[in-house]
Amino acid sequence: MSFLSSLKLMLGAAPERPRAYTPAAQAMHEAKRQVKGAERAREIKAQHAAHSSHKWRNIRWATLIAVNLLFVLSYRFDVQLAEGALTASRVVGFHFADLNSALQVMLAYKTILINLVIGTGTVLFMWWLLGGRSFCSWTCPYHLLAEIAEKIHVFLAARRMVVDYPLHRATRSVLYVVFALLALVSGYTVYESISPTGIVSRALIYGPGLAMIWVLGLLVYEIVFIRRMWCRYICPIGLTYGFVGAVSPVRVKYSLENCLHEGDCRKVCLVPHVLECTKKTYAEDVEVAIGADCTRCGLCVDACPTGSLRFDIKGLDKLL
Amino acid sequence: MSEARPPAKRPPPASPKTRRQIMRSIALGGAVIGASLFGFFPVLRKWTPRLRPPGALDEREFLAACIKCGQCVQVCPVKAISLGDLDEGFGVGVPYIPARDQACDFSCDAVQCVLACPTGALSHTISKREEVHMGLARLDRPNACLARKGEGFKGAARPAPFKGVHRYIEIDRWKPVKLAEYKYDLDLCDLCVRECPVPKAITLEPMSTDPADKRRTPVVHEACTGCGMCEMICPTEPASIVVDIRRKWGEA
Repeated sequence: MSFLSSLKLMLGAAPERPRAYTPAAQAMHEAKRQVKGAERAREIKAQHAAHSSHKWRNIRWATLIAVNLLFVLSYRFDVQLAEGALTASRVVGFHFADLNSALQVMLAYKTILINLVIGTGTVLFMWWLLGGRSFCSWTCPYHLLAEIAEKIHVFLAARRMVVDYPLHRATRSVLYVVFALLALVSGYTVYESISPTGIVSRALIYGPGLAMIWVLGLLVYEIVFIRRMWCRYICPIGLTYGFVGAVSPVRVKYSLENCLHEGDCRKVCLVPHVLECTKKTYAEDVEVAIGADCTRCGLCVDACPTGSLRFDIKGLDKLL
Repeated sequence: MSEARPPAKRPPPASPKTRRQIMRSIALGGAVIGASLFGFFPVLRKWTPRLRPPGALDEREFLAACIKCGQCVQVCPVKAISLGDLDEGFGVGVPYIPARDQACDFSCDAVQCVLACPTGALSHTISKREEVHMGLARLDRPNACLARKGEGFKGAARPAPFKGVHRYIEIDRWKPVKLAEYKYDLDLCDLCVRECPVPKAITLEPMSTDPADKRRTPVVHEACTGCGMCEMICPTEPASIVVDIRRKWGEA
């Protein structure tokens, strides 16, 4: 997928079926067409019977909890490893600043702040290297809460007790511009007052307050009405890091050869549109790098029974 | 337009499902923006006026520049700084000093909170306690003031369960002492003057020319930084002396 279409997809455009395939992919799609229904169903069943993994999810949850715990314990025991909260901090003395919070502050305050430039530079480099939206799934404490809410939603939805009412994905792009303009025009960091990332991060470190009611309300709403509403359709932080991750060397790579196209990866994915290439005949090449909006959460890697989705570092195979 | 070009494809008409989804997106997007704008009420109506930490910019700029990280909270040795909550609108996560519960006593010397601030919302232009202007102390209830009645004071200035602390240089420069555990025995109550961390900010002045008259009145001078130490230490309930937030010398 081209860089631009990956960005378009992230901003809300509908995924498109490729118009042309590479010869290798064409041949592979043709070969798959020969495998008929009953045979394929047996194959899928057999592959799934043996497959159950939560490796990446467990590693990720452990990382997410460890990072947030580092902030909490640093303050509680005054060890000064990571001072501050996820919006801005000093990690062993180095300035770190959340890209979106820093953007909001600079738009509202209309001043270039040298510490924030340093802080965002560090963070920009770190998350470019680690894959942009991996901030979301590997660090953001709201992401973990929302994942649990999502589990409840899926559980209830399977019993027909709740129904998901998805929003249009362009909502997030529109809100991104609106919040940037609101900060610029009003001179207040408007988004920060409702950002569940900041609220939960501060609640963990400095103790919870009334603001957690807002966060709990969001979680309940996500359980009952809209699966992963905030992370999918609203959060500007996700979009900010999405831009960073668009060109990141760490990504998930899809390989067409063994894929059964049964779609288990898309069922667990926060942003299933990035996995469009896993649909039958949707891959334009035999290997496809998953696009900008991917949070590198690894749920699809865990879910895939054939190992067709894997973490990959761009250019590493050429280096070795 | 060349003849060979196929006629422009018209987008397919939106299905009711898509239309409903777009309506829903507009409604919910609007609701989220609405929720975020709620923050205007507390700020513009000044529901919760707050004493900001040393070096804070003007309130408007301060709310814009603060990145809500709480690094100032973490460095304060007497834990004087708290973070704002939902009822403060755009002040969510913004630091303030609840002076009556725990005042800033400048015992950190070099205004640590200012040094910790990553955005300069606590302006880096100040480096000494004397340069701080958070507000001004004012004798709010002169009739309750013990010094004005010529009375002494015995015991803890703020008895238990009061949790506030103060660093007494004469006891231990680095270890804060709970006010509830520190007993005074004074012939004339002069706590606000005695514990004021800023030189020449407040004095006790005689109330008459009669040398036998014990009564004294606290007088606030221009050097006052508004740190709130006098408000915290005042043993009357509620405090006889309070800090007027952001008031400047010469203002009513």
